[in-house]
Amino acid sequence: MATRSVRYAAWRFVLQRASAAVLALCVVVHLATIIYAVRHQLTAEAIVARMHASVWWPAFYAIFVIAVAIHAPLGLRAIADEWLGLRGRATDTVLALVALVLLGGGLYAVRSLTA
Amino acid sequence: MISLTESTFPVLIWRGAADGAFRRYEVPRLASQTVLDVVTHVQRHLDASLAYRYACRVGMCGSCAMTVNGKARWTCRTHVDTVAGDRTLEIGPLHHLPIVRDLVVDMAPFFDKWAAAKGEFKPTATRYDDFAKVAPASPARRAIDATIECIGCAVCYASCDVVGWKSDYLGPAALNRAFTLVKDVRDGARAARLRAVAGDSGCQSCHTHQSCTERCPKHLSPTASIASLKRLVATAAVKGTL
Amino acid sequence: MATPSSISSAILRNDARARAHPAFWAFVVHRVSGIVLALFLPLHFFTLSQALARPAALDRFLEWTRQPAVKFSEMLLVLALAVHLAGGVRLLFIEFVGWRADWQKTTIALAGAVAVAYALLFALTG
Repeated sequence: MATRSVRYAAWRFVLQRASAAVLALCVVVHLATIIYAVRHQLTAEAIVARMHASVWWPAFYAIFVIAVAIHAPLGLRAIADEWLGLRGRATDTVLALVALVLLGGGLYAVRSLTA
Repeated sequence: MISLTESTFPVLIWRGAADGAFRRYEVPRLASQTVLDVVTHVQRHLDASLAYRYACRVGMCGSCAMTVNGKARWTCRTHVDTVAGDRTLEIGPLHHLPIVRDLVVDMAPFFDKWAAAKGEFKPTATRYDDFAKVAPASPARRAIDATIECIGCAVCYASCDVVGWKSDYLGPAALNRAFTLVKDVRDGARAARLRAVAGDSGCQSCHTHQSCTERCPKHLSPTASIASLKRLVATAAVKGTL
Repeated sequence: MATPSSISSAILRNDARARAHPAFWAFVVHRVSGIVLALFLPLHFFTLSQALARPAALDRFLEWTRQPAVKFSEMLLVLALAVHLAGGVRLLFIEFVGWRADWQKTTIALAGAVAVAYALLFALTG
């Protein structure tokens, strides 16, 4: 079996690409809804009303937020390593915190939108 | 513009190592002149202390690889005419490898990474077994048609910016070799090899810049080999076989 | 095998000349757009949660977003998102679907075109 660090590294890669695939779908939907809202000149109240109309909206945005919380820190990890020379335990801890902030902030926003 | 009509032209050549710098020489302009011809002229007629490597001088061995106007090339296969559009001819040692002196680099780290990626064939048969039969048209064999041609010249390694940014990144040549062996049906170290290329310094650090593919003098595509390794590593991780 | 001490540790690195090809530019665009999005997202989450919880603040916020400078920034963000998506889909294709040597420049151009088209659509309908 591979050492733990090699397995973790391989899983980071798998999660990065899997979250990317999920985000590809989410972003297409998100961009479409933005264009729709802009085209139909929906007010904020109108958008919020539509968000409350179906349980699929909070479900969709929750999945979106979780995928972002996985994808963005992993992307930043490569940048920190390659362009800032930051790597190792401390960097990974900071990035885990970034993930939690994105997750918490994002789910809170979803709740505000749809609760 | 490097003149095509003047009898001589200026050349900048890296001299020294850690405290090195480019030094200017005036070299005769000749028809069908290669960059290796230029370097050889300087060493033979202008400054005998210039250190450089070459061997076959006909584009087969890869020993003469150097940085020409910022790009890694085989100097025996680079005509001065090709770089004539640039303002000067600037010749330096290969990037990303420790400079021994002038145009000579230490290739040890390049081959150390080749070994770290398990770029060594592990036999499964003995002399008493029959010859291995590998069908030339089989998918596994076709997949490495091009990749087996690598001669380890380090042009791709010198061209890869990830190698420049991450000192422990295995690099395009080592990973290309690992992929070649993974697809070799006679080899017995597949699992260990996938593990060797699955970590942070392995295939997943490739960002598909394709500088390696751009510059490979044998027209290989390490990017393609590394993409295949990514697929294999991801599958093994998910299946739990890594 | 360590480098003998007689060999210097001097290493030369690439400059722009080695990076002057489309796939490298595609990487830079992908990475820079990723950074822009990563910086923007916390602000986006915060603004959404605040603006919706307090209606008065919401109205003031909407007024502010009608300024041309803000509209322009929004278009840049949509462009960043579209370009990061298109470039990312290109990478997923190369890594998981397969490699076609002769499609490389085409996929970059396609990704770029789709992204710009999307951003323009947003800008023009806004």
